[in-house]
Amino acid sequence: MPPDIEAIAEQVFVALADPTRRAILAALASAGPATATDLAGRLPITRQAIAKHLALLAEAGLVTAEPGERRRVRYRLRSAPMQVAQQFLAALARDWEGPLDALKDRLDQHAHGPTATPLREIRGHSP
Amino acid sequence: MGFPDRIERTVELAAAPSKVWAALTTAEGLGAWFGDEATIDLRPGGSARMKWAGGHTADMRVERVEEPSVFGFTWHIYGLPEGDPRRTYVEFTLEPAGAGTRLRVVETGFAQLPEDMYHKAYDGNTQGWASELGELAAYLDAA
Repeated sequence: MPPDIEAIAEQVFVALADPTRRAILAALASAGPATATDLAGRLPITRQAIAKHLALLAEAGLVTAEPGERRRVRYRLRSAPMQVAQQFLAALARDWEGPLDALKDRLDQHAHGPTATPLREIRGHSP
Repeated sequence: MGFPDRIERTVELAAAPSKVWAALTTAEGLGAWFGDEATIDLRPGGSARMKWAGGHTADMRVERVEEPSVFGFTWHIYGLPEGDPRRTYVEFTLEPAGAGTRLRVVETGFAQLPEDMYHKAYDGNTQGWASELGELAAYLDAA
């Protein structure tokens, strides 16, 4: 595993911990690249605050700056770090307990038939 | 390191390995405890699919079939976009334990990351979209 993956995931989680940054990322995700001025028009946040957050997001690699019209800088969402963070979340979200409990219940039901060995005897074994 | 690449669980089951094997590798079995319904083509390279009542589906590719002890498949990583090529590998290992079965499930690959993904995959996508949209614009202009 490349050593910087966890650092990348951490930057994503830090970025998402702040409601203003979440709003900025959500705006870029839903409506595409935008300038700081565009974002200030759409979000209830001052342009100065947006510029500050965009600088942090660019530093973290979550947005990239690109030349826009009339020499304004446009910001574009970078999805790659999000995907790294998603892999971390996927491991946390993968719930094996539920399915394995269901498997056990199902097999135990079948094992409770008249010819089956009582469960307690089997559970007593520890080879 | 806090980033889990591997999830491992072991469960002791009262049923014999042959019963557990059937529960893991048949459509009837998988549809009873894992999904709400299932299909499976049980051979390496075969496809399997589970569906849940909520409309969620999971497509699997069967990788290892060594009756009655090893069953492995890959599936899509939860949360990644549909069509993302990255998958995790799930392997069930069955061992007799008294009259029952010790079943181990290991899922690996959560931290996988193709070396070039961080730059190339994203940039490729970006360029891909830019060129697709450019082609669309050119097509519409010509019409």
